[in-house]
Amino acid sequence: MKASAFAYARATSVADALELLTAHGERAKVLSGGQSLLPAMNLRLIAPELIIDIGALTELRGVVVKEGVLTIGALTCHADLLKSPEIAAHAPLLTDAVAHVAHPAIRNRGTIGGSLAHADPASELPACMLTLGATIIARGPGGERRIAASGFFAGIYETALAPQELLVAVELPVPPKNSTHFFHEFARRQGDYAIVGLAAQAFVRDGRFTDLRLGFFAVGDRPLLARSAGKLVDVAITPAVLAEAASALNDELDPLEDHQATPAMRRHLAKILLARCVSSLLARPELRAGASA
Amino acid sequence: MTTARENSETLSALDRPNSYIGKTVPRPNLDRLMQGRGLYVSDIELPRMAHVVFLRSPHAHAKINGIDASTAKQMPGVIAVVSGSELSTVITPWVGVLSHLKGLKSAPQSAIAVDRVCWQGEAVAAVVASSRAQAEDAAELVSVEYEELDAVTDMRTALDPATAVIHASLGDNLAFERNHDAGAVDQAFAESDEVVEAEFVFGRHTGVTLEPRAVVADWNAAEARLTIYQGTQAPHMVQNIAALHLGLKESQVRVVCKDVGGSFGIKVHIYADEMATYALSKLLRRPIKFVADRVESFNTDIHARDHRCKGKIGVTRDGTITAFEIDDLTGIGPYSMYPRTSAIEANQVVNLVGGPYLTRNYRARARVVFQNKNVMCQYRAVGHPIACSVTEGLVDLAAMKIGMDPIEIRRRNLIADDAYPCASPSGLRFEQLSHHASLAKLIKMMGYDALRAEQTALRAKGIHRGIGIASFIEVTNPSAAFYGVGGAKISSQDGVAVRLDAQGSVICQTSITEQGQGSESLTAQIVGSVLGVSMDRVRVILGDTDITPYGGGTWASRGAGIGGEAALQATKVLRKNILDVAAAVLQSTPGDLDIVNNGVVNAADGTPRIDLSELARIVYFRPDTLPPGIQAEFMATRHFVPREYPFAFTNGVQASWLEVDTDTGFVKLLKHWVVEDCGTIINPQLVDEQIRGGVVQGLGAALFEKCVYDERGQLTNANMADYLVPMSGEMPDIDVGHVVSPTLESELGAKGAGEAGTAGAAAAVTNAVNDALRPFGAIITEIPLTPQVILTALGRI
Ligand SMILES: Cc1cc2nc3c(=O)[nH]c(=O)nc-3n(C[C@H](O)[C@H](O)[C@H](O)COP(=O)(O)OP(=O)(O)OC[C@H]3O[C@@H](n4cnc5c(N)ncnc54)[C@H](O)[C@@H]3O)c2cc1C
Repeated sequence: MKASAFAYARATSVADALELLTAHGERAKVLSGGQSLLPAMNLRLIAPELIIDIGALTELRGVVVKEGVLTIGALTCHADLLKSPEIAAHAPLLTDAVAHVAHPAIRNRGTIGGSLAHADPASELPACMLTLGATIIARGPGGERRIAASGFFAGIYETALAPQELLVAVELPVPPKNSTHFFHEFARRQGDYAIVGLAAQAFVRDGRFTDLRLGFFAVGDRPLLARSAGKLVDVAITPAVLAEAASALNDELDPLEDHQATPAMRRHLAKILLARCVSSLLARPELRAGASA
Repeated sequence: MTTARENSETLSALDRPNSYIGKTVPRPNLDRLMQGRGLYVSDIELPRMAHVVFLRSPHAHAKINGIDASTAKQMPGVIAVVSGSELSTVITPWVGVLSHLKGLKSAPQSAIAVDRVCWQGEAVAAVVASSRAQAEDAAELVSVEYEELDAVTDMRTALDPATAVIHASLGDNLAFERNHDAGAVDQAFAESDEVVEAEFVFGRHTGVTLEPRAVVADWNAAEARLTIYQGTQAPHMVQNIAALHLGLKESQVRVVCKDVGGSFGIKVHIYADEMATYALSKLLRRPIKFVADRVESFNTDIHARDHRCKGKIGVTRDGTITAFEIDDLTGIGPYSMYPRTSAIEANQVVNLVGGPYLTRNYRARARVVFQNKNVMCQYRAVGHPIACSVTEGLVDLAAMKIGMDPIEIRRRNLIADDAYPCASPSGLRFEQLSHHASLAKLIKMMGYDALRAEQTALRAKGIHRGIGIASFIEVTNPSAAFYGVGGAKISSQDGVAVRLDAQGSVICQTSITEQGQGSESLTAQIVGSVLGVSMDRVRVILGDTDITPYGGGTWASRGAGIGGEAALQATKVLRKNILDVAAAVLQSTPGDLDIVNNGVVNAADGTPRIDLSELARIVYFRPDTLPPGIQAEFMATRHFVPREYPFAFTNGVQASWLEVDTDTGFVKLLKHWVVEDCGTIINPQLVDEQIRGGVVQGLGAALFEKCVYDERGQLTNANMADYLVPMSGEMPDIDVGHVVSPTLESELGAKGAGEAGTAGAAAAVTNAVNDALRPFGAIITEIPLTPQVILTALGRI
């Protein structure tokens, strides 16, 4: 389990990294936290000729809130997300989600940019980006591009990033005050990738949702912002309404089979999550088992 | 701790003042390991050492039509690319059979496949280079022309006439069959009020040692000697086998076993790639290192379990169990492992089913079939988890059928604590077990009645918790009956040599080995206690066939019971020898003297007479001052093997308390209890660690671990992301209690404790899950109990 031989360059600036990327294109790989890249290289699943290490680009690290926008640098590691007071205050969904990403040792190295660029459909952070309406900022030879999260994830390990582009940051609109959230995932062991997960952000008034964004993950080849959430907005939620939303959700899902679950099981668990989410956000325990029948 | 049977009318050597026996003392090797000064095989670097990487078959079954290594041989750093036929000039093939397993057959296995590969992962060529990375680069360029053959993968159809026969010379795919019939089974079933049947399914899994298998083989042509550095549980066995197949005398092979990062039975076998490494060193006349990587470990470390066992139990309305019957089927891969064979697990299942219970009516069949999958063999608690899950699953099903509490049915059927010695329905002899004392203690520890009340209260709120109980017996301290009688050169005796050095410290060489369980510690505790010296004065040397006495090593829960007794007896002799000399020097008599706190004292009042260091000085440097005729013997050696009983059986009972989320199929383990009886406890912490570690491996089998093969014989989850080992986050607190019934076979009285935890954990969990699912009428008899399995049983998906 040794990677094949590769060349290594430690980028000294974003411009330097972009120059290397432009020169080497698909033969190069950006190294961020290395928590997904290096295992793949050691298993010889991929064999890049050049590794461009962006670890020294401190300008890509950190969290800033300005004028209702939370900007997170691509190199910010999961551990920093987890303990960031800005994120806890303005995007607590993300704080909850990151606690489910891997284990402390991996969170100390793995980064948000790496996680989004890697685009594992079972990852927590990509789904959160959909739920929170994030904009992904990429820089390439032609300058900067702003890509809506909804158009960023293109398939298993596939994104809208071009091989010459570097993901530099994400921007999140700070959710309105009184907005609430729910995060839960089913994983076999603490820290494992989810079998099915849900990152939800909602606005509840008088016992009804006035806004509900449901970002599911591990339910298909990319994270899914469920349209069926619409069935729950501006209506009185009854078990029947919930069941209808669950059935609409079922139509939206296209789950994959792997060692942990069949597509049928993923569909089932997604519906359980939906019921638990609605029950929790509305503080109505009787809805918890609602859609599962 | 409850002592079931006191045998302390006379003070034994263990009850001496300042004894370390029964005390938790830190392991002497802890600082060395914690400070990074351990020496594992992968740390070993020798001059001119090269690294071997094995090119492994991607097919489960294929003919090898040709190997082209010409490009690979040109790669930087490459020393040689060696095929199976090239290697066969230095090493002979082997057949993994033992004569006491009647009818067991297997085919000759080569160190590297010659014409045909029989499982995905079998080595087809060895690439030797200056570094592992260079060898891996070159291995990618070796081209092998395969012709795929039909793969036998489903054990249920392996014996069908339509299924291909893996080894034509054997005639069929049946490796071994055993039938046993005791008592009057048919009559017993006919007279039962209820007869319950079920099929129990056990996933294939493996041991996942933290340190992978690793070998450095160093053939010294000038000395005509091979030194093998290997993480093994049985150095003398490796010495014997390596010599046999390389055409050497045992005296030409030295096996050195330094630190080992876990074994669990994975490192007690002879693996083809390890044999190939020894042979390559001889062929290439230089040191060769092989360290399995994680993918190789999953594909080639022995797998275990993978049984389908049909079971049947009869019961009368008053709760009397009338009979057990089982029909067990297991698939072992294409070869029976060498030299311990792959029939032992099924054989153990037949031996152990029904073992804790009174009924004499027992019928069993076990069949072991070949498959084109990785080899299977003995892993921690060989056969026990299967026998225990089947037995205890059936007992619970019977109890459920007649509406009796699971504790009550066990109370009525477990062999009484005063009924020993007696024998099991399969004919195994029990010296002294304590099922009832253990069960009583368990009920108290877990607060059984309160838990039942809590369960009922929570059920009303839609929370489904379950209690599972599993009584078990464990085979420990095996005599020659295990392997020796079948012709294997695997020693069942162990030896210990102790000597006093010139400053009054003790050096102790033992033939048992250390892989993390604390062999070093328990040996030092025994030597220190019996001699009367402090433990920090005792240095224990293990794992070197040039240095230690001859012996079996550490496996089958035998290190403490057998190696510990040898240490005790050797130290008693040394103590006597020391006191003889001291008496002569002090003009006293040995009977009036004792050794306490590193010095000779008056036995009567403890008055110090002479320090051991002073005595040693006289003996070693001024023997001229000793009285005439005194020759000091400050070194003593003793060996031990159990003779009376083939095995020292231990017993115990486990309980699991868990919650099933019936919407998601997830199981949350809330608490686990174990009461076990391993006889004399030398170090309570080490015993409890063995029990807890064993339980965790059993819980892994119950909920997580499974080697998933597809129908073409491809292992699809050979990595740590997809093969789920149990992790601390999911583990419950594990409370351990003890009942102590020492064996009278040895003065030490210790039986084994290494496998008890693994034996019963999965059975307790399965019974608890079924208890939790009772309102749903779902019964699950398959492990691992994954959410997928549970949701399916509940009809939710
Ligand atoms: C045992 C284990 C468990 C894990 N569990 C989880 C989990 O539960 N949930 C989860 O989400 N993740 C999990 N991970 C993955 C972890 O979160 C990684 O940190 C993350 O997926 C990738 O981040 P990284 O910084 O390590 O990226 P790297 O591994 O360095 O890179 C990943 C990929 O992204 C590309 N890349 C990285 N940064 C950029 C950039 N700025 N611009 C363009 N391309 C870039 C790389 O070229 C590479 O292709 C786990 C990892 C391990 C080892």
